[in-house]
Amino acid sequence: MEKRLLLGDEAVALGAIHAGLSGVYAYPGTPSTEITEFIQANAKHIRSRWCTNEKTAMEAALGMSYAGKRALVCMKHVGMNVCADAFVNSAITGVKGGLVVLAADDPSMHSSQNEQDSRFYAKFAMIPVFEPGNQQEAYDMMADAFALSESLKVPVMLRIVTRLAHSRAAVTVGDGRAQNALSPAQESWVLLPGIARRKYLELICKQPAMQQASEESAYNKCVSLAGRPLDVTAPESTLGIVACGIGYNYVREVLDGEAEILKVSQYPLPEQKLLALARKCGSILVVEDGQPVVEEGVRRIIGDIAPVRGKLTGDLPRTGELDPDNVGKALGARQTPGLSPARNLSARPPQLCSGCGHRDVYAALNKVAEEYPDHRIFGDIGCYTLGALPPFKALSSCVDMGASITMAKGAADAGLFPAIAVIGDSTFTHSGMTGLLDAVNDKSNITVVISDNLTTAMTGGQDSAGTSKYEAICIGLGVEPEHVRVVVPLPKNMDEITRIIKEEIEYKGVSVIIPRRECIQVAARHARERKLQEEKK
Amino acid sequence: MKKDLILCGVGGQGILSIATVIGEAATAAGLCLKQAEVHGMSQRGGDVQSNLRLSTEPIWSDLIRKGGADLVISMEPMESLRYLPYLSADGVIVTGSTPLVNIPDYPAEEDLRAELESLPHVIVRDIDAIAREAGNPRGANMALLGMAAQAIGIVSAEQLRTAIATVFGRKGQAVVDANIKAFDCGLEAAKR
Repeated sequence: MEKRLLLGDEAVALGAIHAGLSGVYAYPGTPSTEITEFIQANAKHIRSRWCTNEKTAMEAALGMSYAGKRALVCMKHVGMNVCADAFVNSAITGVKGGLVVLAADDPSMHSSQNEQDSRFYAKFAMIPVFEPGNQQEAYDMMADAFALSESLKVPVMLRIVTRLAHSRAAVTVGDGRAQNALSPAQESWVLLPGIARRKYLELICKQPAMQQASEESAYNKCVSLAGRPLDVTAPESTLGIVACGIGYNYVREVLDGEAEILKVSQYPLPEQKLLALARKCGSILVVEDGQPVVEEGVRRIIGDIAPVRGKLTGDLPRTGELDPDNVGKALGARQTPGLSPARNLSARPPQLCSGCGHRDVYAALNKVAEEYPDHRIFGDIGCYTLGALPPFKALSSCVDMGASITMAKGAADAGLFPAIAVIGDSTFTHSGMTGLLDAVNDKSNITVVISDNLTTAMTGGQDSAGTSKYEAICIGLGVEPEHVRVVVPLPKNMDEITRIIKEEIEYKGVSVIIPRRECIQVAARHARERKLQEEKK
Repeated sequence: MKKDLILCGVGGQGILSIATVIGEAATAAGLCLKQAEVHGMSQRGGDVQSNLRLSTEPIWSDLIRKGGADLVISMEPMESLRYLPYLSADGVIVTGSTPLVNIPDYPAEEDLRAELESLPHVIVRDIDAIAREAGNPRGANMALLGMAAQAIGIVSAEQLRTAIATVFGRKGQAVVDANIKAFDCGLEAAKR
């Protein structure tokens, strides 16, 4: 046993390594990125290279599970949308080696476009969820999640939120377990209707076992505050609290009265424990980070035994993450006033780095766009989304990975001209290629800018799946070679870049412009690494 | 005993290195610790902060309550003001004095200075100048840590020096020495 100071993400990663993991499959996405990075840096014997997107990651992980080994697939919450087809059906095929799906939700949208709650996905797919409340649980639960996955033969979700993913604390870690041997599944995973109907029924039949696991789980524990024992004769006025994941920490931080608490960190909801809590309490407050998944469930389970408060009743905010202040308010805890807000304070939003190639791309696009007052530029997900903010204000949309190309296509189909898409290199291989094929097949009149900085920059500079392959991919998909143009985004090349953009806007068909210059953050890191290597020699 | 700190600045100014050093010192001293960091998009030139909680007792929340912080340590004067509602009535601000102006509506420098001076417990110094005088122009964050050492209290200046040596050890003795020099100059500057 040793103590280590770990980020929540790192605790998840080390927990998986020690649980005998054979492969991690992931596409970078805040706040999940550091899990795969930790495994890459600390466990060379585990398969860990970045995947092209969350769907390829989920499917490859399922394949490793089929072969009998333990696999982990990691993503940010919106990645669940990308891999949803494979994810939902993996519950029906079932698993052989343990399969854990790590979904990192981002309440408050620190680095995301929505606050969707991955626990809905687990409920939809009818699989168990673990939701750690702290870094120690994040580590411990990984072994339990793999074991439960193998015993019930279903994938298991581990749901974390940004505050846990990116917070550090001491974790007591144990010894590792060996990897599983190769032992492929013997039964059929062919989801033809006849087999799928049988397997779906099998999944339904596993539900009571999942329920029982939750009822018996040590992670779903009752805590009686102020030292009072659990007592069915307690007065009806006692406050009951259902505290999920890290919500439990805020309750313990601020609560200064008596309460009966049910800490929920394993799903499906432990119905018997909830009913027992409701029967001895005058009212129930549900404290959960994300959407009111549990609040709805508690209402369903306890009926009118006790009134339920939470996000749906406005006792806790419907948007944004939990914090000790909003939980304290819901609990009527004492508040300590701080100082008054400052008078001399301005917002400081993130911005593109000084010297970044995306800046030159937007400068050129805006210059050309002046000649086309009806133009629209459809954006995508990455550092370059910041081109929507001043000083560029260049983008009209940013929706999901790859949507720039397909939205430009749809708008062009409707007659909009010029319809321009701006997409990063990594986003293009993640989800832009298929849309480009649609545009080629339809001979859509769009101009696609693949702003290639040779990395996945926004998440910290991970390898990009298509590096050095972009021209070949575009030509292979059918873009005419003379309309695949490569430029170097630097101020000194501005005349050439604007001329090429204009030429390709005027071309009535699909054209692709690839401004290519390495991300300056990654370039600086590469320079430091080279210097360090030379010093070693 | 407990100490709740907010470390803040602008993405890229090196506040996570300060947090790492304090965290290392606290861990070596056997303290309980929780440290919430900002990763991702905000790191691109936006405001960044880290909640660092140190205690002799177990800590529940990763986040500090409003009115609960004992100390704000900031690389930049305007950023030090962002967290006033989190500072306790007798809390301390330790901040660098050089504005980082990357927004069009940055407040007037004299207004900023006046507002900082109007607060009860504030230490404002030119951390870039301190780092230069220490012969380590890139050590402004360690100079700031030195300035805050007295106020941090729950770990000693000597424990912080040892932590600097541990954290920067793999970069070589020269880097360790330069950072400890910047730290010591910050420590002295805070007393002036």
